[in-house]
Amino acid sequence: MSTPLIELKNIEKHFGSVIALNGVSISVNPGECHCLLGDNGAGKSTFIKTMAGVHKPTRGEIFMEGKQVNFNTARDAIEAGIATVYQDLAMIPLMSVTRNFWMGREPRKRLGPLKFIDFDMANRVTMEEMARMGIHLREPSQAVGTLSGGERQTVAIARSVYFGAKILILDEPTSALGVRQTSNVLATIDKVRKKGIGVVFISHNVRHAMAVGDRFTVLNRGQTLGTATRGEIKPEELQDMMAGGKELAQLEGSLGGTV
Amino acid sequence: MSEAEAKAAPQEEDRDERIREISPLRKALIRPELGSICGVILVFVFFLMIAGDSGMFSPEGIVNWTVVSAQFAIIAVGACLLMIAGEFDLSVGSMIGFSGIVIALMSVTYGYPMWVAIIVAFVIAMSIGWLNGFLVIRTGLPSFIVTLAFLYILRGLTIFLAIFTTNKTIIGGVRDAAEGDWLAAIFGGKIFQGFFVWLADLGLIDKFVAGNRAGEPVVDGIPMLIVWAVGLIIFGHILLTRTRFGNWIFASGGDAQAARYTGVPVNRVKIMMFMFTAFCATVFATCQVIEFGSAAADRGVLKEFEAIISVVIGGALLTGGYGSVVGAALGALIFGVVQQGLFFAGVESSLFRVFLGVILLLAVILNTYIRRSITGER
Repeated sequence: MSTPLIELKNIEKHFGSVIALNGVSISVNPGECHCLLGDNGAGKSTFIKTMAGVHKPTRGEIFMEGKQVNFNTARDAIEAGIATVYQDLAMIPLMSVTRNFWMGREPRKRLGPLKFIDFDMANRVTMEEMARMGIHLREPSQAVGTLSGGERQTVAIARSVYFGAKILILDEPTSALGVRQTSNVLATIDKVRKKGIGVVFISHNVRHAMAVGDRFTVLNRGQTLGTATRGEIKPEELQDMMAGGKELAQLEGSLGGTV
Repeated sequence: MSEAEAKAAPQEEDRDERIREISPLRKALIRPELGSICGVILVFVFFLMIAGDSGMFSPEGIVNWTVVSAQFAIIAVGACLLMIAGEFDLSVGSMIGFSGIVIALMSVTYGYPMWVAIIVAFVIAMSIGWLNGFLVIRTGLPSFIVTLAFLYILRGLTIFLAIFTTNKTIIGGVRDAAEGDWLAAIFGGKIFQGFFVWLADLGLIDKFVAGNRAGEPVVDGIPMLIVWAVGLIIFGHILLTRTRFGNWIFASGGDAQAARYTGVPVNRVKIMMFMFTAFCATVFATCQVIEFGSAAADRGVLKEFEAIISVVIGGALLTGGYGSVVGAALGALIFGVVQQGLFFAGVESSLFRVFLGVILLLAVILNTYIRRSITGER
């Protein structure tokens, strides 16, 4: 087995007296979609923010391709190749697709002593990358606000991939989407994975996770309940682990498997 | 559609059938400045009708309302970029009074060279702009409140400084102090004087027939105030639409958190915009002090609102992330034309406010409609 792209060992994160993470370990291999499951408050968000450099772990070690790393800021993690697509903060709706796509990394061309954004190049690349992900824009200057939720997630994913992300963290990308849009996003994840990028997919929807996941790690109350490989575990078992008890299984029975 | 776009365009069967094609006319019309363009047309048609023969559109008349519009434009450019970056500055008016008094005190009362006084005023004003920004970022309070505090602090300080040092609230004698000063000329002079003499010799503009300026053209040059306004508009427009920093301004106002996640230095952008607003206010103050030859502690009252109104007429969104410098400049033009036009038309000046309120309302309604169709807001 190859070295994991990223490996986090025994991560602990304390906020004052609150222990948000209490020894969480996961690893992500190239071309793998690792699903991180857990109910609300399980520590998923804190964990991915630690991975993305937003929080510094109180204890624990992070290795990227076998080398220990230390992220002081989100910028450090981005430079190291960790891209995060946040649920509703992925895009700025008032701005054009191109402006969003290149935000923070605007391509520039020199005109005498001044530098201006190279819009010809920026627009062309945006259209190409979006087409590659299966989204055909009317024009690159169209505001992101005119796109659907799934399309916005896709713009964010396409952006991360274009800028050479090795690891893509997706924070509940499907939680606010309809059925059709969800399948589009899941298909996008599949495309990204085939490029050899490691995907960390956060969700509390077991069915979405089962659709694309290679491995599944369940978090509960700041701890890892275990990691399972695809085929080793049934959706119901994952669901039970997430809920952290039997009550939900019983409830699910009475609700006819709708949860 | 450009060649590159055509290449990237999908085949017919890939197209989403729900995306309506938009006609080129509609596309050309739907822009943030549309509301202010309509307003400008409306205002000009109106005044051509009611004041067409009053001298409003003679060379002197044009210079008259252009200067007033340019004053509004100078502070509107600063307010526009700041508003797009998601913040307000209500201390602009007080900053104008404060900078003016600083210049007059330094040059007249304490006898420093004019250029030193002007530079000191810019440094102090921009430091206060920095402080405004710093407090907004650090405390997380709305900039509305923080700069409202500075509206009072600066105004009070200005009056106190003037009274404490000179026992007056108006300090005169600035024109003498500015005589021959290189930096003062950049704010108070005129350009293209030869061109206007030439125009007058051709008979295209009138000459004074009597008085001590007899023989000189009635319009003897473009005031530097107008040059500053045009320069700031061009600078602001290019900065906003063509540069990386401009993209960051939009991003900081559109969604500060999302911008931070992509590595945009939001705090720095916002603080720099506060400083730029202070810079614009000081440009205004310097031009005014040198033109009038005096500074008064009550200058600039209500200017912050006039700047904000110009910006909003120009299509900017009050909550940030959307707007246009060209629109704000057109808003300032509307403001100047209405204010001076009613004077030319001999209309009761209190109607100025009625008229302005109506235009503000109409422009904002139109702007909201336009913005929704561009950004897909619902």
